[in-house]
Formats: sequence, C-alpha cells, structure tokens
Amino acid sequence: MNKNEKPRVWISGAILAVLAAICTALVAITHSTTAPRIAANAQAYLEKSLQPVLEGLEYDGKLSESTLLIEPPHELPGTGPVTVYRVYADSAPVAALFVVTAKDGFTGPIKLLIGIDASGAISGVRVLEHRETPGLGDLIESAKSDWIEQFRKRSLADPDREVWAIKRDGGVYDQLTGASITPRSVIKAIKETLLYFEANQEQVFADAGDKES
Amino acid sequence: MSETTGITSKLRSGIWADNPGLVQLLGLCPLLAVTTTFVNGLGLGLATLMVLTFSNVLVSATRRWIRPEIRIPMYVLIIASLVTALELIFLAYFPALARSLGIFIPLIVTNCAIVARAEVFASRNTVSASFVDGISMGTGFALLLCAIGAFRELIGHGSVLSRLDMLFGGEPMSGLVIVDGGFLLAILPPGAFISLALFVAGKNALDQRKQKTSRSVSARRVR
Repeated sequence: MNKNEKPRVWISGAILAVLAAICTALVAITHSTTAPRIAANAQAYLEKSLQPVLEGLEYDGKLSESTLLIEPPHELPGTGPVTVYRVYADSAPVAALFVVTAKDGFTGPIKLLIGIDASGAISGVRVLEHRETPGLGDLIESAKSDWIEQFRKRSLADPDREVWAIKRDGGVYDQLTGASITPRSVIKAIKETLLYFEANQEQVFADAGDKES
Repeated sequence: MSETTGITSKLRSGIWADNPGLVQLLGLCPLLAVTTTFVNGLGLGLATLMVLTFSNVLVSATRRWIRPEIRIPMYVLIIASLVTALELIFLAYFPALARSLGIFIPLIVTNCAIVARAEVFASRNTVSASFVDGISMGTGFALLLCAIGAFRELIGHGSVLSRLDMLFGGEPMSGLVIVDGGFLLAILPPGAFISLALFVAGKNALDQRKQKTSRSVSARRVR
C-alpha cells in the first residue's frame, strides 16, 4: 500500500468538508435574505386567490382573519387538516372558503379553493396547486381556460346532486379535451365539499370569535 | 488566435457546432418537459444558463483542490447549492414563473449538461475560459429551449409569446393569438420528442448542405 494513501484520504475529506460548509453557507444566506419575500409572496398570492371566489359578495374585514382548521377525520376531500376561511358581514355568515385537496388527480393531488355562500351555492372555485399535464389537465387553472367558472352559482339542488359529473359520465359539466381524470377529480372534490357544508353548516360558522388567528 | 476570435468561436461552438441539446443531446429531460411554451423555455433556459456559468466558474476556481476521487461529490455540492439558491431567488422574485416551472428548477441539478461541462472543461481550464464556456453552452441550451418552446406553443396553442408577464411582471397577457386552439400533439410529451427530432434533423441537414458546397465530403462525421 502506498505510504501517501492515508493522508490523501484525510485531505480529500477535509476539502470536501470545507466545500460543504461554504456551499451550506451560500444556501443559508440566500434563504435568510429571500425568506421574508417568499412568505410575503405566498400571503399575497393567498389573498389574491381568495378574491375571485368572493365575486359579488358583500363582506367586511380581512379575509384570512377568521380561519378554522378542521382536523381529520372529516368527510372533506383529502386526508390532512382542512383550512376554512370564514367570511362575515356584520357577524352574519356570508361564505365559507374551503382549501381542500383532491387526491385523485392525474399526476398527483390538486389543491382547490372552494367558496360556498350561506345559501349553499358555489361562489367560485380556484385551483391553488396542481401538477396536471400542461396544455391538457392544466386548463383547470383560471388563467388558462374558463372551465372552472362553470361551477359558479351551482349548488346541490342545481343541478341535481345525481348529475354532478362530467358529460361523459352522464353528468352536466363540460369535460376537457384529452383529459377526463382531472375534471372528474375536481368535480368529485367540489361535490364532497358541498355535501360536507350541507351537513355541517352550523359548526362551520359557529364560534367565530374563538378561533381567530 | 486573438482573445475576441477565441470568444466568438467559443460562442459559435456552444450555440451551433457543439450545442448541448442539439449535438451533445444532454439535459433532455428538462428540455423535453418544460418547452410547452416560449416563456417556460426562456425561464428554464435563463436559469440553466446562470447555474452553468456559476458552476463553471466555481469548479474552475477550485480546480487545484479537486482530486479525482472526490471530484463528482464536489461538482454535485457546488451545483446543488447553486440550484437551491436560484430556486429561492425565483420563488422570491418570479413567483408565477416558479409555479409554472415547478419541479424543473430543482431538477436543474440533474441536468447532465452542467456536470459534463464541469468535468470536461471547467476542471481543466482557467476561470475566464470556463466563464465564456458556461455562457456559450448555456446560451446554446437556452436558445434551443426557446426555439422548441416557441415552435410547440405555435403548433399546440396557436399563439406566440403568451404569458410573458410570468417573467417580466405586469398583467397576465395572452400574447399573439394566431389561431384559436391548436394541434394538441405538439404540447404532449410525444410532441416534445418529435419537435426535438425535427430540430436535430434540421441542424444536420443544414450542416450537410454546407459540407457539400465546400466539397469536403470526405470529412463526413462518423458517429
């Protein structure tokens, strides 16, 4: 065995350790300088994405102030805890905005924001996060097509809950060309949320003062 | 050879003769996956260009400490931390584009074009030469991403330059809509392969024609 072998390994290890420390420092510095901005972006994005599902409704206060966290197990789509933004006008319930996760998207979970007004009708739906196929499944994004708009003002009575499905499955809703799994999963999540709201409306709007965050 | 002709020939080689995507066929995963629109191609192209240039400079600057047995971990460390920093910067300053490019920003780490340049060029050349190499190879890759993105967007969506706001800010814009809707195949994964194949074939055809006119048929490239 070469005499130089042992120190060589140690030197290599030391070089690697120094480089790792430098690289970690680089990432840490970038993280600490960008973190506030990233958090602000996420908050601004949330506030902005809550607006479209509230179109035409009168409400007061900041939107993200009265939130409710529904812990599992629950009947809502998704297995994790569900955040609900509650909207009031003069302490009378106006709408509840559910952030739910449709588990069965084509390429992973689809995070949805579903607004339901006090009468049980949809005030709007928006896709918050998804990984659906560009050009096909991603047409569920409001920026890419107006497919998601067809749910506005719909409820479990209009159309009848039996036909809450895409046309191919005997329902009333438009599908997307080349993608049927994505719309199917979105519609299922909306329907489940409506069913939950119908059964638990009292609890959703109750104790507004207690759980402010 | 003077300094300027050196740089020009380097740029020529990165953009045309040794284009990482067209000739070396490296980094095909992001190339094929994100080029559904021009702006996606441009965003990922610029990100890759930045990572490639910085990683070349860093690898070249540390090359006297690079030992053969630890060179790959060193490249991976340098490239991975650069990409992580870049992803944070994208999230902070171009949130819409970061959302659109999604997983493909972190995946720049696995772009073998970057490790390849670190290994075959930056670890053996001066910092300034590696910088120029990173710029030219990165530009070549970015231009190819833009070209394929524009091509697929035109065929698949019937528009050009849509959603440039994701990179430059401002109101969402739909770009120039030439026809409503398009030939869907172009934006599906098979369309990516077909488009790349067309570009590679086009480049080879141009090269061959040039070769024929200069009558150097004997110098035909053997692959």
